[in-house]
Parts: sequence; C-alpha cells; structure tokens
Amino acid sequence: MVPLSWYLALSAVLFTIGVVGVLIQRNVISLFMCVELMLNAVNISLIAFSRLHADVTGQLFVFIVMAVAAAEAAVGLAIIIALFRSRETLNVDDADLLKL
Amino acid sequence: MEFSHILFLGLAALAVVAAFNVILQRNPIYSAIGLIVVLGSLAALFLTLSAQFIAAMQIIVYAGAIMVLFVFVIMLLNVRAEETRMDKQKYLKWLAAPLFLALLAEVMTVVRYVNLTPQPLQSANGAANPQGVLGTVENIAFGMFTDYLIPFEAASILILMAIVGSMLLARREQKEDVERIEKALIRQQEEEQKYEEEVAV
Amino acid sequence: MLLKWIVFAPLIGAIINGLFGRLFLARLGQRATEKLVGFIACASVGVSAALAFRVFLDLLRLPEGQRRIPEHLFTWLKVGSFQADFAYLLDPLSGVYILFITGVGLLIHIYAAGYMHGDPGYYRFFSYLNLFMFMMLTLVLADNLLLLFVGWEGVGLCSYLLIGYYIKWDVAGSAAKKAFVMNRIGDFGFMIATFLVFTTFGTISFVAKTINGQEVQSFLAQAASSPAVAAGTFTAIALLFFVGATGKSAQIPLFTWLPDAMAGPTPVSALIHAATMVTAGVYLVARCSPVYLKSPTAMAVVAVIGAATAIFAATIGIAQNDIKKVLAYSTVSQLGYMFLACGVGAFVAGIFHVMTHAFFKALLFLGSGSVIHGMNNEQDMRRMGGLKKYMQITYSTMFVGWLAISGFPLMAGFFSKDEILWRTWSTEALPHNWGKALWVVGAITAVITAVYMTRLMVMTFWGRERFTDTRDSHHAGAGHASGGHGDAHGHHGRPHESGWLMTVPLIILAILSIFGGYVGVPAALSMGRPNYFERFLKESVAQSEPATATHAGAPPAAVMAQSESHGATPAPESHGAGATAGATAGATAQTAHEGGHDVVTERLFTAISSALALLGLAFGLVFFKRNTLWRAPKLLEDKYRVDEFYDATVVGPVETLSRDGLWKVVDVKIIDGLVNGVARLFAALAGALRYTQTGFARNYAAVILLGAIIVIGYFIVSIFGIRINI
Repeated sequence: MVPLSWYLALSAVLFTIGVVGVLIQRNVISLFMCVELMLNAVNISLIAFSRLHADVTGQLFVFIVMAVAAAEAAVGLAIIIALFRSRETLNVDDADLLKL
Repeated sequence: MEFSHILFLGLAALAVVAAFNVILQRNPIYSAIGLIVVLGSLAALFLTLSAQFIAAMQIIVYAGAIMVLFVFVIMLLNVRAEETRMDKQKYLKWLAAPLFLALLAEVMTVVRYVNLTPQPLQSANGAANPQGVLGTVENIAFGMFTDYLIPFEAASILILMAIVGSMLLARREQKEDVERIEKALIRQQEEEQKYEEEVAV
Repeated sequence: MLLKWIVFAPLIGAIINGLFGRLFLARLGQRATEKLVGFIACASVGVSAALAFRVFLDLLRLPEGQRRIPEHLFTWLKVGSFQADFAYLLDPLSGVYILFITGVGLLIHIYAAGYMHGDPGYYRFFSYLNLFMFMMLTLVLADNLLLLFVGWEGVGLCSYLLIGYYIKWDVAGSAAKKAFVMNRIGDFGFMIATFLVFTTFGTISFVAKTINGQEVQSFLAQAASSPAVAAGTFTAIALLFFVGATGKSAQIPLFTWLPDAMAGPTPVSALIHAATMVTAGVYLVARCSPVYLKSPTAMAVVAVIGAATAIFAATIGIAQNDIKKVLAYSTVSQLGYMFLACGVGAFVAGIFHVMTHAFFKALLFLGSGSVIHGMNNEQDMRRMGGLKKYMQITYSTMFVGWLAISGFPLMAGFFSKDEILWRTWSTEALPHNWGKALWVVGAITAVITAVYMTRLMVMTFWGRERFTDTRDSHHAGAGHASGGHGDAHGHHGRPHESGWLMTVPLIILAILSIFGGYVGVPAALSMGRPNYFERFLKESVAQSEPATATHAGAPPAAVMAQSESHGATPAPESHGAGATAGATAGATAQTAHEGGHDVVTERLFTAISSALALLGLAFGLVFFKRNTLWRAPKLLEDKYRVDEFYDATVVGPVETLSRDGLWKVVDVKIIDGLVNGVARLFAALAGALRYTQTGFARNYAAVILLGAIIVIGYFIVSIFGIRINI
C-alpha cells in the first residue's frame, strides 16, 4: 500500500511546477496549459483524500472540476483567439493596457 | 519495496518530468505533448486509487478533448517557437526557483504532520474485490444523482454558458458589429461636444 | 416695568425700518418711504422719551436717599458665584442720562428726517440710528458691568455703521474703521477692569443681589466701605476703566478718531459724537466713583489727562477750517473738562457739564449741518461768510450756542464750566498745588474755547460773503463734503434756510441751552437755594468735597448716601459752600458750616470765569473781524501730526508685521506649506505605489504567489511550531 502522503507530495510538486510555469512562460497558450497542470495536481490530491475517507464525494468533486476545466479551456482559448486577432501577438506581456 | 511502490514512483517520475517539459519548452506544441503525458500518468495514478471512472474521464475528456482543443488552437494560430525577444520581466526567471522551493517546503511540512491512515474500504454489496468498489460508475452515479444533483445541473448550465461564450468571443468581426461600434463611437463624440459647449457657456 | 420699553422701543423701530425699509422703498417710492420711515423712527424714540419722563417723575416722587427703581428681566448668566442679570436700574444718574439721551435724541431724529431728505439709504440710516438709541439706553440703564459692556460695544458698532454710512466713500469707511479699532483698544482696558472687579469684589453688579442664597453687595458699596482691598487694586481698576473711557470718549491718547468721524452725516455727529456716545466714558467713571475715590493716583491721572486733552484739542481747534472739525475738536476739549471734573472728585459737576454740553453741542452741530445743507454741502469756512442774512433761524440759534459754549454768564455752559473750574481750584483730592495748576490750564482753555468759537461765528455768519469768490464753490466743496448726501435742491448760487423739520429742533435746543443750566446753580450764587442738581445726584454718585476753611488738611470724604448697605437716610443738608454730607459707614464728613471764606472765594472765581469768557469773546471778535482768513501755524493745522505719529509708530509696524511676517511667512509658507505638503506627500506616495500596477499579468501572479507563500508560512508556523524539517 502506497502511503497516502506520497500522493499528496506528488500533487504538491505538480502544483508548484504549474505555478512556476505561469511565472516563466511568455506564450499565452503555454501559460494556459500550466494552469491546467495546476488543476490536475489538485485533482490528484482530491482523489487521494477520497481514498483516505473511503468516500466517493471527492471523486464527484473531481468530476465537476473536470467539467469546469473543460468550460474554462473553451472560453479561455476563445479569448486568446480574439486577442490574437486584434494584436497579432501571443506574448502575454503585450497585453498591458492595465498599466498605470 | 512492493510492486505498488515501484509503480507509483515510476508514474510519478514520468508525471514530474513531463510537467517540467511543459513549463520549460519554447514551442507550445511540445508543451502540449508534455501535458498529455502528464494527464496520462495521472490517469494511471487515479486507477491505483480506485477512481476508475475518473481515470477514464481523464483520458476521454481531458486528454482527449481539451488537449485536442489546445492543439487545434495552436495550429489555427500558427504559433511558432518563441523568438528570442527581450523579456520585459527578466527578474521572474530568477524569482521562480526560490519561490518553487519555498512553496514546496511549506506543503511538504504540512504533509508530514498530517495523519493519513486510509480507512478500510467497504464493499457496496459484498462484491469480491472491495478495493475497487469506491470509484465504480455505480458509486459515482449514485452520489451524483442523489446528494450532488445540484452541482451537476449547475455544471451543465456552466457548460452551456461556455459554449455560447466561446462562440461569441471567437467569431470574426461581423459587419454588423463594426457598424454598431462605429455608431456608438459617433454618438459618444457628439455627446462630448455637447458637454463642452454647455461648459463654455 | 416701563424701563424695558424705554430701551426696546427704539429697537423695535430699528427692526421695522431695517427689515421692511427696502420693501417700503420698492412699493411706495422715495417720498412716501421717507415719511413712513421717519415717522416710525421718530415715534419710537418719542415713545422712549415720553416713558423716560414718566419714570423720571416716578423717581422724583420717591423719598430722597431711596431713589432707585430696579427692573429685573431675567438672569442672563449664572456660573458658580458669577451672576450677570439682564436687569435695569433707574437711579438719579441713569435718570438724568435717559432724559437727555431720549430728549436730545428725539430732536436729532426729527432734524435728521429733514436733513437726510433725498438720500436713497434713508431707511438704513434710521434703522442704525434707532439701533444706536437702543444700545445707548442699554448702556446707561444696565445694572451690572456686563450688560453695560453690551451697550458699550453696541454703541461702538453703531458708531462704525453710521460713520461709514456713505458706503461708497472711502474716506468714510476708513474713518469708521479707525473709530472702531480705537474703541476696541479702550474696550480691552474695560474688560480687564471688569475681570479685576469680579475677582476683587465677587460681583460686577451695581445693585445688591442674592447670589446662591447669599446677599452680595454691589461692588460700589463694597468699594466705598471695605478697607480690606489693597490700594493698588483700586488704582488698577480705576485706570483700566479710564483706558476704556479714553477710547470711547476720545481723550489722549485715543482721540484721533473723533475728528475723522465727521465723515458721517451731521446728525450722526451731533447725536453720537457730541451728545451721547462720547459721554458714555464719563458715565462709566461717574458710576464707578467710589472706586476712583479710593485711588488718588488714578484720580490724578484722570484729571491731568482731562486737562491736557482739553487744552490740546482747543489749540488744534483754532487752526481748523472745516466747520465740523472745529466742533469735533471742541467736543474733545469739552470732554476733557468733564474728565478733569471727575479727576478732582467733582463727579456731579462732570455730569452737569455732560448735560449742558449735550444741549449746546448738539445745537451747534445741527446748526452747522443746517449751514452745510444751505450751502449745498460746502463745509470749508473760508468759503462762507455773511450768512447771517440768508439763514436767520440758524444764525440766531447758533448765536445762542456760541454764547453757551463760551461760558457767557447765565447761560447753561457758564454754570457747568464755572462749577468745574471752581472745584478744580479748590479740590482736596489731589496734592495741593495740582488743583491750582490744573485750574490755570482749564482757564486758558476756556479762553481759547471762546476764541475759536468766535472765529467760527465770524467766518461763517459775519463779514464779507466769500462763497461767490470762486465760481466753482460747489466743485471745491465736492471733494470735501459728505459723499453721498443727496442734493435734491440742485445748484443754487445763494445759500438758503432749511425747512421746519430742521429748524424747530434748533430752536428747542437753543432754549435748553439758555435755561438748562439753572437746575445746577451752585449754592453760592443762588441766594441760599441749594444746588438741586447736585443734591439729586448725590445719592448715586460719590463726591469729593472741596477745601473748606475748617477742613484744611482733612482727608477728602467719600460721600455716597445710597442707602444700600445700611438703610440709613442721609443727614439733612446744610447750606454752605457745597459741603454737604450724608452718613456713611466709615467716613465722617458731617460739616455744618456756613462758609464765610468759601462762598466769597467761589463768587470770586465765578467772576473770574465770566471775565475769561468775555475776554475770549472780545478778543475773538476784534481779531477775526480784521483777519478773517488768518492762517494758524502749520503745526496746529496739522493737528500736531498725531495721526502721522501713530501711523509711524503703531500702524506701520503692525502692518509690516502682518504683511511680511504673518502673511508671507506664517500663512503662505507654514500653514499653506503644511497643507499643501500633506497633499504633496500623498501624491508622492501614490506616485511610488503606481509602479506596482504594471499591467503585466505575470507580475500579478508572482505577487499572488508570494502572498500565498507568506500566508501559508504563517499558518504553518502557528500551527506546527517553528520546526522546519524538510
């Protein structure tokens, strides 16, 4: 039996990698993929906890998370497409209109 | 070292390496491939945790639909490898490693001190292998359509909104849109002029 | 209970005219408004005057020694042991004052109704004038120092409003400000004195009051009887009150506002700056006479300043060419006489002169106003002359006034001035020779008074007609004359007499100037009849008795027979040279001698006074008939350059301090700098904080991550202790 804390550790590592990826990446699509990575890390920790409590609720949660992730991916990519159409660039630093 | 441990370590290592690939590649296609590998290994790990349905969902929905969507968009936008342009936020590169280590350390600390003995699994109706009962379709459906019906329905409405939203956002500029925008701009200009006249008087 | 109506009737008139005057003007037009407003104003003062006579008769009916009618409206301020009531006190002193204030005031109101004809601000004028009457009556009828101060300030305010009545004329505005500021300087002294009175005596009331269940005597009674107070305190109080009086009554050093105040309309000059407001200072000193009598130093100061002012102003008066300025300096000079009287202890004589002065000075001012009016706003005497045949009534009434002020025998001014001079010579209150020295000063001033008044008469009414000398006499007068005086007559080449509204008051005042002095004829001259005026006022004003043969070297006796602290009635009077006494708690002062010496000396001095007056008149007539346009030495004409001196020493430095110091440094640099500095500080802070809003999503993500790490770290440390073990 694999100790549950290993799964949590894995989840932590993946999540942290995702976060750092958001900081490092300049391409907006890659950025988005790092966000998906973070979501997945959370998924695995949820499943691990579901196994811990022998309760199926955790897995239902993951189900919903996946549905939301799908919706978010669709809309996010639509936004990226619209952004690309007006700016011709996929560099996230070029979208700086909020600058004071 | 049991077989399950080795299995876990192997899959975990694969996931981590692929994750590093995602964040460090310049070409988004390679990042996408990396992400698919991560998703796959995570699906396998779900299986080890008796989440069969979720594992299947991961492959079908996540790796099979979402990542395909990503790839389509990348192709559509004809994204190439990142040209070496000046990075406006160079310091972030140097900030990343310390923050990585800090966050990792914190989470590890918590993990160490949490009591994590898994409860014994209960079989639903005396099935042969209680280990696998937790994540069956039956179990999930049972929970989903009784206790958690509302989140389910809400999620479906959310998906509906996403459909409409993404269609709207991603379509090309229509002529009607352009005309509408131009009329709005003209109206705004007229209002500004009127205001200035009033102020002058 | 009529006292409050005496005070409030003019206030009601002021309010009606003030609030509705504009309305009247808009609806009824100038002429009808003038009639209505004038009627309301004169009627309210008329009511006041009638009631004043009525209560005065009531007062007379009371037995001697108990002539006091208090009237309590409400307790105004009560803090601990300090109590100031809104209450009135009618006693002989205030009785005399309200009589001539309302009487002369009524005459002047009637006169002004005619004088201000055609002026668009008619209703404003009468509103202010009525307001002034209200304030002045509050001043004299108040039964404590605080309410008196209300009236004191109020008359100062009305003086400001009325001097500056011609609002479009800069000179009037400056004169008004000057008057107000100088008054305020005096008020400072008044206030400190009031504080001292309270701390010394525990009360500021002129009447006994019951405070917190205890009977507290008025501070006047306490001053007269209590020996427990240090002499220095009395001196301080007395001198500080006198400072207030110098401001209000235009003595040295605060007198320069009075000549400038002539920029106001002539009725204002007559009412405020001749008959009433300027006598408030004398009222105050007389009211506080017990305090003064306890302080020989203060009395000496008062007397010396009074005499100095008298002669100083008289010498300036000779040199002035504006008819109103001559009268203004004359007022200052005569006020000096009144303070001289108070300073030598003859407070009653001072009040007597106040009353007679009110009559003839008002007469002279109104007459001069009539002259100015008839000459189409010409005020310079060098351009008058020979007006006798054009303005008969004005001429004859001013003739009477001229004789009265010069001290011509048997007219009003003669008796009062003579009394003052006699008391000055024979005073016991000052070191012996001072009285005589001051008498000399007073005598010289009397001569100069006669001289300059004669000069005024000669230049104005007799001799060659000079107003046709230059064609544009009107043009030359325009720069000089009251700026906004509505000239509804148009251009005339010839001067003309004024209407009946203006001449009837003149006549009445002339009659009073002739006969008004007879109430105060001293016993020495009246063949055995007592001095009614003095006897009447004795119970409310303390006196210092003049030297008598049997009293050489005896200390002056403070006589105040007001039966307050002990309820005894004064001893009957003896006929003698003004040396009567009432019983008091401490002092002896029962002299029952028939004066041999003193009556003779007094009669001698009366003769000397008459001679001085006639001398002055004769000299004036002779000299000025010949050199009508005689020019006085420049120094006198420049008023000894006192104004310039004040400008250089006081006004200049204050202005410089204000402008370069307080304004440029404190206000602009420090205060504005502080306020702007705070704003700039925040702007700088905001400018610095701006750099966090970069617009780059990755920065925001980094910050969020950092924040998350910190928060999680905090929780880890707090929950698990500081054990970091990877």
